[in-house]
Amino acid sequence: MNARRRDGARPGAEEPVVPRADPRSYYGRPVIKEPAWGSPEVPGYLFLGGLAGASSALAACAQLTGNRELARAAKAGAAGAIGLSLAALVKDLGRPQRFVNMLRVFKVTSPMSVGSWILSGYAPAAGAAAASAVTGRLPRAGAAATAAAGLLGLGVATYTAALVADTAVPAWHEGYREMPYLFAGSAASAAGGLGMLAVRPENAGEAVRFAVLGAATELTAKSLLLRRLGETAETYQTGRSGPLMEAAEVLTAAGLAGAVLAGRSRAALMLSGAALLAASALTRFGVFEAGRASARDPKYTVRPQRERLDARARQMTGGRVPG
Amino acid sequence: MTIPEIDPAARAGYAAHPPRMGFFTDTSICIGCKACEVACKEWNAVPEDGLLLTGMSYDNTGGLGASTWRHVAFIEQPAGGLLPPAPDDDVPADGGGVRWLMSSDVCKHCSDAACLDVCPTGALMRTEFGTVVVQDDVCNGCGYCVSACPFGVIGRRESDGGAHKCTLCYDRIGDGLTPACAKACPTQSIQFGPLDELRERAQARVGELRDSGRAEARLYAEDPSDGIAGAGAFFLLLDEPEVYGLPPDPVATTRDLPQMWRHVATAAAVLAFGAAAACLRGGRRPT
Repeated sequence: MNARRRDGARPGAEEPVVPRADPRSYYGRPVIKEPAWGSPEVPGYLFLGGLAGASSALAACAQLTGNRELARAAKAGAAGAIGLSLAALVKDLGRPQRFVNMLRVFKVTSPMSVGSWILSGYAPAAGAAAASAVTGRLPRAGAAATAAAGLLGLGVATYTAALVADTAVPAWHEGYREMPYLFAGSAASAAGGLGMLAVRPENAGEAVRFAVLGAATELTAKSLLLRRLGETAETYQTGRSGPLMEAAEVLTAAGLAGAVLAGRSRAALMLSGAALLAASALTRFGVFEAGRASARDPKYTVRPQRERLDARARQMTGGRVPG
Repeated sequence: MTIPEIDPAARAGYAAHPPRMGFFTDTSICIGCKACEVACKEWNAVPEDGLLLTGMSYDNTGGLGASTWRHVAFIEQPAGGLLPPAPDDDVPADGGGVRWLMSSDVCKHCSDAACLDVCPTGALMRTEFGTVVVQDDVCNGCGYCVSACPFGVIGRRESDGGAHKCTLCYDRIGDGLTPACAKACPTQSIQFGPLDELRERAQARVGELRDSGRAEARLYAEDPSDGIAGAGAFFLLLDEPEVYGLPPDPVATTRDLPQMWRHVATAAAVLAFGAAAACLRGGRRPT
């Protein structure tokens, strides 16, 4: 097991540049636990929660500009997506009948606690906004619910980044600076995509612009995230995550181009919108799988920590490499 | 460099509380008998955790989890394992032989416990002894603690859906008894007591070992200035932590949470701005 250690290099010997050997481990077993969260429930929720939150923000704006067709579609989409989200979240619990314990305390140290409270305000507001828009009843209450859902939706679409980053999972935690922007962009792209899919071209302007801004943010944040992660970026580029993230990127780029070029073609708008929705979902599944992979292999846990320790030791010895 | 040490029980709101209790596991005298594993299971009525042969030396337990609260690791090394490898790997520098490392792992009861921080129900709590326990009647099995623990200690049990881990025998130490694993340990490799005392004892022991030529002896997770503000259960190791399956420099993920929230707030503002920008350019329309 231990014979792999090769750090006693001969001084002065010319050595080719070789890939770094894997760090030592206990029979290759993971150091941290693989997330207990299930798929498709949790990545599905990351997608649907983002779609719902950003759709509510889009609906509130569309309401202000008087674009009723888009507002109605976005509200209905938000209500449907958040309903599915809640079902997925409850189903993922080990003890679903105790889901209400989430509201037993409020803890700012737990993104899941903060998220539960946001959702418990957001979901009724999104539901009321949709009900009013679809039935045409209680327009004032509907407008208030639309505003509340729009505001809380911003939280719903972004807190999930802290939810995954506030773990020991290397592919998630080390990306905590970029993940919120990636999730916000992905959410906006999905919500815009849904709008493009649902409304007539003359009323799709807001949705197209929201989608374009979202998709551009998503692509930028993703490349910054991968650069930040160093070697751990592998977990997004290989294994189960690799093809998902790649497909997401292609579809985002295609949807983005389509959104810009579609003009008044309903078919092109619908196709681009569907591509963006699919891309957002694939991104969330890709992020989820990268986290799992990074937890499974001890090297993603050990190596950054070992490098941190070595850097600290170098600092203390004034630049000399100890030993 | 000295950071004022955290008193976790006081921070959790216990005005007057007993001294912080913990484990010092001196792996240099562990004989791998697994009495700790058995005693823990017996006392805490922890269910069976699989009857498999792993092929990992004498370790057929694997690692800590929902139904494994003590785990003895077995590592077989070439006796000269700590020396630089011989020029020819086939001929061991010391002429052969094996050195055994055995170590009984357990929940660290961190001063900065990420599992406790992220628990959304309050099921995970700090006791008056400064330890961390799960209240099984509150836990709803969300699994957040499982991903938050930097040591991979806590797990979710298939059979009941709840999260479980070592309680440092909360039900025994409240009555002045020694935790089951420490009580059963025949070599006093597992020592239980007030953390202050254990630290003194550990410093003396590591000094003794180093003086006798065991330069590789080191303490793990006892330092209050580390990424978890020191552990309630710490170890004396004879090799790097990762060799035992332990993270070399664990950090409680929640230390970065204030920054995470700041980025989330900024991202939410960006999203609001994006929605506003998308609509502003649209202008008002007649219907």
